Amino acid sequence: MAMTRDEIFKEVQGVLVDALGVDEEEVTPEATLMGDLGAESIDFLDIVFRMEKAFGIKIPREELFPAESLVTNKEFISNGKLTHQGIEELRKRMPHTDFTNFIEDPAVSKIGDLFTVDALVNFVEGKVK
Amino acid sequence: MRWIWIDKFIEFNSGSNAVAIKNVTMAEEHLHDNFPGFPIMPECLMIESMAQTAGILVGEARGFKEKVILAKINKAVFFNFVRPGDTIKIHANITSIAPEAASTTGKITCGDETIAEIELMFSHIDQNLGGKQFPEENFVFTDLFAVVLRASGIEAPAWGVAK
Repeated sequence: MAMTRDEIFKEVQGVLVDALGVDEEEVTPEATLMGDLGAESIDFLDIVFRMEKAFGIKIPREELFPAESLVTNKEFISNGKLTHQGIEELRKRMPHTDFTNFIEDPAVSKIGDLFTVDALVNFVEGKVK
Repeated sequence: MRWIWIDKFIEFNSGSNAVAIKNVTMAEEHLHDNFPGFPIMPECLMIESMAQTAGILVGEARGFKEKVILAKINKAVFFNFVRPGDTIKIHANITSIAPEAASTTGKITCGDETIAEIELMFSHIDQNLGGKQFPEENFVFTDLFAVVLRASGIEAPAWGVAK
């Protein structure tokens, strides 16, 4: 039987509590992995490993966290901000992400804020369906 | 002092699991200070012994091509002391391995007793997401480790001398 969104959220919450050593109540849908939950780069790989196990899925790194290769491309970045093309490319690569706030100030330094708990849940929901 | 905290591998299953042993002895200088009159193996060195056991296991799984660096201690729980005269066994298992990183679980035992449970993550640092460059030579796997592997009957490539 397919998992409900709530079940997926609970599982993702458990993964983040284990991987980041945070409290369950800190892991809200809108919490950002880096800003709010303190994730560093190695933690992203830890999260990927744990999610693969928890949900029995394979997660190509590029699919879940695709921004790294994008920011090295000059077409997509200008003056520390994503260009229109860059935003469109990121949207394509991160279909599970809400861009509403990001578009107002598409600074490279804010890309980290796109990785929210909700984005992870959306990603898994797309995978397990 | 040579920075080697395992003496020998007694099991080595490529890409899967390994067991190393370490004999703890009063000849180790630091035991006289940790603590005076009450010598015990420091917990941080138990983590290092696991990092070496698991790190070599992870390195071997990719033909020692990657620079395998301890990146994260997911868990380190200790249940008892290790004293001079003890032989500890360091059991390491690979739980996940990918081009960029690997995670391992493991425990340290002394006789039948579990002394510690340690879970680690290793980064293959040349594959880091930030694209940072590191020296070409593999400064992780040097002849120091090769000696341990060969003494355990495990084939090791000819590595350079540690700098």
